[in-house]
Amino acid sequence: MIEVQHLTKQYGPFTAVHDVSFKAERGEILGFLGPNGAGKTTTMRVLTGYMPPTDGKAIVAGYDVIEQPIEAKRRTGYLPETPPLYPDMTVRDYLMFCARIKGVPRIDRATRVKTTMDRTRIADVANRQCAKLSKGYRQRVGLAQALLHNPDVLILDEPTAGLDPKQIIETRRLIKELGGEHTVILSTHILPEVSQTCQRVVIINKGRVVAVDTPDNLTSRLQGAGSLYIEIDSMGADAQVALASIAGVTGVTVSERHGAATGYEVAMAADHDVRRELASTVVGRGWGLLELRPMRMSLEEIFLSLTTEETENTEAVQ
Amino acid sequence: MNNILAITHKELKSYFASPIAYVVIGLYTLVYGYYFYAAVRFFERQSMQMAGLGAGTPSVNINEQLIRPVFQYSMVVFLILLPMITMRTYSEEKRSGTMELLLTSPLTDFQIIMGKFLGAMGLYASMLGITLIHMALLFWVSQPEWMPILTSYLGLLLMGGCFMAVGLLISSLTKNQIVAVVATFAVFMMLWMVNWIAQFMSPTSQAILNYLSITGHLEDFMGGVIDTKHVVYYLSFIAFGLFLTARSVDVERWRG
Repeated sequence: MIEVQHLTKQYGPFTAVHDVSFKAERGEILGFLGPNGAGKTTTMRVLTGYMPPTDGKAIVAGYDVIEQPIEAKRRTGYLPETPPLYPDMTVRDYLMFCARIKGVPRIDRATRVKTTMDRTRIADVANRQCAKLSKGYRQRVGLAQALLHNPDVLILDEPTAGLDPKQIIETRRLIKELGGEHTVILSTHILPEVSQTCQRVVIINKGRVVAVDTPDNLTSRLQGAGSLYIEIDSMGADAQVALASIAGVTGVTVSERHGAATGYEVAMAADHDVRRELASTVVGRGWGLLELRPMRMSLEEIFLSLTTEETENTEAVQ
Repeated sequence: MNNILAITHKELKSYFASPIAYVVIGLYTLVYGYYFYAAVRFFERQSMQMAGLGAGTPSVNINEQLIRPVFQYSMVVFLILLPMITMRTYSEEKRSGTMELLLTSPLTDFQIIMGKFLGAMGLYASMLGITLIHMALLFWVSQPEWMPILTSYLGLLLMGGCFMAVGLLISSLTKNQIVAVVATFAVFMMLWMVNWIAQFMSPTSQAILNYLSITGHLEDFMGGVIDTKHVVYYLSFIAFGLFLTARSVDVERWRG
């Protein structure tokens, strides 16, 4: 349904998107995850035909966005970062206008606008001027605009930005409903959003795709075979070597130090549960076992580890 | 065509939803009405004097001595007011992000530009339409020739089209409406004054400058003549202006 091949976009000397390729199948909800300035909006703007790419190709609903822009646009609904509202128009007039330029036949327009307003829960502000809407309503009117012509592909740039928690939940539910009949690409820098709504994630950083996978797979992939956190008071002895020599342990790294106690991150092979051996080794040597727990990387950590080149920068990125 | 009209309809609606249309039409009516009154009074005195001189003196011509100066004057008023009509066409869309809506909808750039052009022309035509009342008054009290009036209106429409094309182009270059209005006004003035310097030039450059003058081409229309030369000039000026606007929108796209 959506196919992006080797997409590159340069603004003068600055490369905003570099050789990005990914695909989304019919009915899929694809999350586009990356920090601010990663190239999410640029990629989406190319996909919607707003701007041409410097290099590469984007095919939306079977149409090349550069070669057959009108056909592609007819099948695409787009919610930009700031909802594109006309401040002077009422919500209903605005949606009627959008329906008209998006090619909804005249006889269907009124009903289509009505059902879309009901779906996005904006019917109560139908006669209000767009300029007087709250941020939450603006966002939903923007979403309604994208849905009006019942497009095959929906491209949503940070659809939940600026909404209150209740509206966020509602919007996510709506997006989930939309998947299935529409192919949805949504960009966000909020991680839980991706794990809650998306079937697949494209992580993008500095204009490059860093990973493409399902949220679950990404977690387990990054987690590797699994790792443990163990904090011990080794009474000055070098515990790292001792821990590393246990069968099934593939690596030990120091992660934290609290006075005499040291926290280690122990990576273990997939089929080995080394917790018992670890505990008995520590206790057998007379060290103090202060903590032992499995580490499960949250998507947030994955995101950070994928998009941060150096661990020192972690805080800066956050 | 439906797409063009959709944009035109939207443009007209937003002119009338904002104060712009009312201010522009209101000011125009006020200034034009004032001048019309003064011109009629002046004409009245002139014809009294002529009549006082007795038989044998050439009689006054209402077309040449009243209607033509009124049209010429209204051209100057348009020069000042038209930048206000075009200033927001693109600037506002760019500033508020609605450009993104238009450019990602199944519309061609040409349709958007034509829609906006026709919208601006619609507002302009309604300003001209108001002056029909004044003309009707003249027809009520006198017997002017209707042909020069008709061609004058046609000429004014074409000239306005040129100004609109320039205005659209300038508006597409900036996000700032004030910049758009000031720059458009400056360009209008230049286009208006271009034949003033012509008289100090060599015959060749004089001919070129005279040809370039937007207002110079209006003279024949005012005199009741539709010369293809002038129609071609105006239409190609409009087409070129709109073409440059399309290029400017496209450049903006590439730049992002």
